[in-house]
Amino acid sequence: MKLELRGITKSFGSLVANDHIDLVVESGEIHSLLGENGAGKSTLMNVLYGLYEPTSGEILVDDKPVKFSGPADAMAAGIGMVHQHFMLVPVFTVAENVALGAESTSLGGVLNLAETRRKIRDISDRFGFDVDPDALVEDLPVGVQQRVEIIKALVRNSKILILDEPTAVLTPQETDELMDIMGQLRDGGTSIVFISHKLREVKAVSDTITVIRRGKVVGSAPPDTPTTELAAMMVGRAVNLTLDKADATPGEETFKVTNLTVMNDAGQRLLDDVTLSVSQGEILAVAGVQGNGQTELTEAVLGLHKHVLGSITLDGQELVGRTVRQVLDSGVGFVPEDRQDDGLVGELSIAENLVLDLYTKAPYSRAGTLNKAYIAKNAVDKVAEFDVRAQSPLDAADTLSGGNQQKVVLARELARPLKLFIASQPTRGVDVGSIEFLHKRIVAERDSGTPVVIVSTELDEVLELADRIAVLFAGKLMGIVPGKSSRELLGLMMAGLPADEAQEQLLAQGGPGTPGATSESTSEGEPS
Amino acid sequence: MSITMKSETPKVADAVAIRSWKMPILLGVLALFAVIVFVLMGPSGTATFRISQDTDAWQVPNLVVSAKGVGVAVAVVCIALAYLAWRQTRDTGKIAKWVALTFTVVFVVGLMVWIIGGTTTQNITLVGLFTGAMLITTPIVFGSLSGVLSERAGVVNIAIEGQLLAGAFTAALVSSITGSAFAGLFAAAVAGVLVSVLLALFSIKYVVNQIIVGVVLNVLVSGLTGFLFEKIMKTKVDGITIYNQPAHLPNIPIPLLSEIPIIGPTLFRQSIIGYFMLVLVVALWFGLFRTRWGLRVRAVGEHPKAADTVGINVNRTRVMNVLAGGAVAGIGGAYFTLVAVSSFSKDMTGGLGFIALAALIFGRWNPIGAALAALLFGVAGNLQSILSLAGTPIDGQFLAMLPYALTILAVSGFVGKAVAPAADGDPYIKE
Repeated sequence: MKLELRGITKSFGSLVANDHIDLVVESGEIHSLLGENGAGKSTLMNVLYGLYEPTSGEILVDDKPVKFSGPADAMAAGIGMVHQHFMLVPVFTVAENVALGAESTSLGGVLNLAETRRKIRDISDRFGFDVDPDALVEDLPVGVQQRVEIIKALVRNSKILILDEPTAVLTPQETDELMDIMGQLRDGGTSIVFISHKLREVKAVSDTITVIRRGKVVGSAPPDTPTTELAAMMVGRAVNLTLDKADATPGEETFKVTNLTVMNDAGQRLLDDVTLSVSQGEILAVAGVQGNGQTELTEAVLGLHKHVLGSITLDGQELVGRTVRQVLDSGVGFVPEDRQDDGLVGELSIAENLVLDLYTKAPYSRAGTLNKAYIAKNAVDKVAEFDVRAQSPLDAADTLSGGNQQKVVLARELARPLKLFIASQPTRGVDVGSIEFLHKRIVAERDSGTPVVIVSTELDEVLELADRIAVLFAGKLMGIVPGKSSRELLGLMMAGLPADEAQEQLLAQGGPGTPGATSESTSEGEPS
Repeated sequence: MSITMKSETPKVADAVAIRSWKMPILLGVLALFAVIVFVLMGPSGTATFRISQDTDAWQVPNLVVSAKGVGVAVAVVCIALAYLAWRQTRDTGKIAKWVALTFTVVFVVGLMVWIIGGTTTQNITLVGLFTGAMLITTPIVFGSLSGVLSERAGVVNIAIEGQLLAGAFTAALVSSITGSAFAGLFAAAVAGVLVSVLLALFSIKYVVNQIIVGVVLNVLVSGLTGFLFEKIMKTKVDGITIYNQPAHLPNIPIPLLSEIPIIGPTLFRQSIIGYFMLVLVVALWFGLFRTRWGLRVRAVGEHPKAADTVGINVNRTRVMNVLAGGAVAGIGGAYFTLVAVSSFSKDMTGGLGFIALAALIFGRWNPIGAALAALLFGVAGNLQSILSLAGTPIDGQFLAMLPYALTILAVSGFVGKAVAPAADGDPYIKE
């Protein structure tokens, strides 16, 4: 089935998210939509799926104009979508989720799930999905949940499948499997729209690439276009994709985590017996798929968890059992993973956000009264230093773009002399230009002799920043490997293999398993 | 009972970190209470439980027990269970479910025997306890089913009290005017729907905070019915208040079934509203968990956006459910004036709508669970009135607290965690 978008414009108030976008997806091709976060890719796809009504422009399916007033229309026209945030009801079974909206029923609207189960098994067998129709969705790993989403689309006979940032939640191996599935679907005649900001994946899987920047189509490119060229199209200027960073010169091991276990109220181990240490002047990156204990690790250091066993020491001082204020005062800088919920107070001004953990101390306040003049001066300095693009430091923090918000958080946390710097997802949802800047600041902090812990689910970021990499899976430490380890090794560890077993497996396959060896896929990310 | 254990047994260190002493302490205090009150202060006579009524076809002999003997036995079991709970907490960090459950049952039995042994008559009719309880249970069940309908679709319904009251008033008025109980019943449903229209309009269309809307609606209905009661119902013609003389819905005993001891008089000698309630509980359960309609409603309440992306109209589903809930609660309100008592009085629902809300939570948003919770509240409420008549050692005002104390325990999660539909109370706004 052929899909064409002509002059699609979608504006929200004065903001134009999509500006006269033209796009043609031929039958049986994988068409990638490449663009930064906030470039308008998801908006465009929501227009195509009937969730948003376009301000102007038209959609053509097989050269016939169509009008969608809701997702039901889009589905009826053969368009299926796998959303970035899965549209699955967690407390329903796989079969119930797949059936929802297209239920097989017997007399009087009584559900006939047997029919749905049969369809799920058919598709599952055809593509080797291995999905149990009776499993509860909330019990399934995200990779499997994604397959449920794909099954949902296929059960409805979708001829065009939209995949919105599908690899964000997957391990490298799962990503490879997904790409295989995409290939199979294409060969079976399904057209696929693949939305991503990851150059490596887009190049690996696409037949055609369309680049979008600030709501406009910048151009199309064949998949063999060099990475730097694609990146330049995406960002609008030449970008340096690799960070110039000197090798670490680790000093004393001042931050030690010993046998750390974190539990929830039900006694489930979210973090299980983790031991690691970080030296001064070294970046330890914690890799792993989202939800494998990274959040708990960082929050336990800060003192946000109740049920903690084991020990965390900084300069020989025990941190477990202390209040958050005490931990911060002992010299810990902390960038939380969700800047909007935990990193900033959106309604407060940039200036106020910059002193959220400093306002109790002179010269920011005296005798319980804020020193407004000093806080304002501090804001002007920090905004200039961190290149925060804001109209005024007195604007509310939530008027800033994601990248600029993150700069504010980083500026605040780096303002104090630190003995430990922890950053969770420092560049999630941040534009490429800001990523460069944020990474440089983090490396600068390392070079000033601070132990640094970075948590990231983006393998590219981990490989870029890390001097050593710790991999977490299901709350357990799979091992700590050198910063230049191969993606394959890290992928196996992220999927639950301890470091030594993962290396053995790679050696047995004759792959580049030895630590220190950089695989081909890594070098692909570098400018050619 | 199916037990899904994690494959790993909890390690000792974990138990130390998450151990909570709340439960063993509570059980210990209650066991101490049992020793002091049931044994040391226990009445010396017997307690008689009458199971059959004199009119019953089959007579079951009365249950007579020694109050002191039962008191001692209960105290011993309570102490043993509290000790067990303490040991389990020390060793594993958790106490087994059956311990708390058995403790509750044994303690309640002990309390009953103690109270009845202490009354002047020293006997109680179990049938009377349950049949009387239905007077309270029936409106609570209808109210909580109204809650199930709207909250399963994701709209918090605090306005149950108002819906019940509107139903009670309208049923009385319309039935008085037309002389037909069924006209009153129908009008009550319409009145409930009207309250729901406001709830749906403000909470779904204008996205006002649903709790606030609900509270305001309750006050509105209370004020409105109070006003109309004064202005219309108190109007006398020839010395009679003709607008407050609703027709009565008679009880219709079902042959054979109505002769079963306790269950028969409780469930099978009811009015048409009572039978409708039984059918509705089962039908709603089946509808929610076995049909296409139910799957869609639950999806809308759990993850409205997911429902939207498969072509389900979220807000229309919500409106329909809120309206249906209004009709159900309206009929429940009619029970007050057409069955329970024979006239309307100001604010006669007396907060049962809020107890219905508690039954909804206690019953975990499940129609059958909510109905059982309603029965529990009904029995507790009726026990209180029976006991205060029988002359207990406890003050009647104190006993009147019983249903509400139970409600607080139920809602605060002492009986396991109640999980609301994930999107309950969240308006759905399409961009």
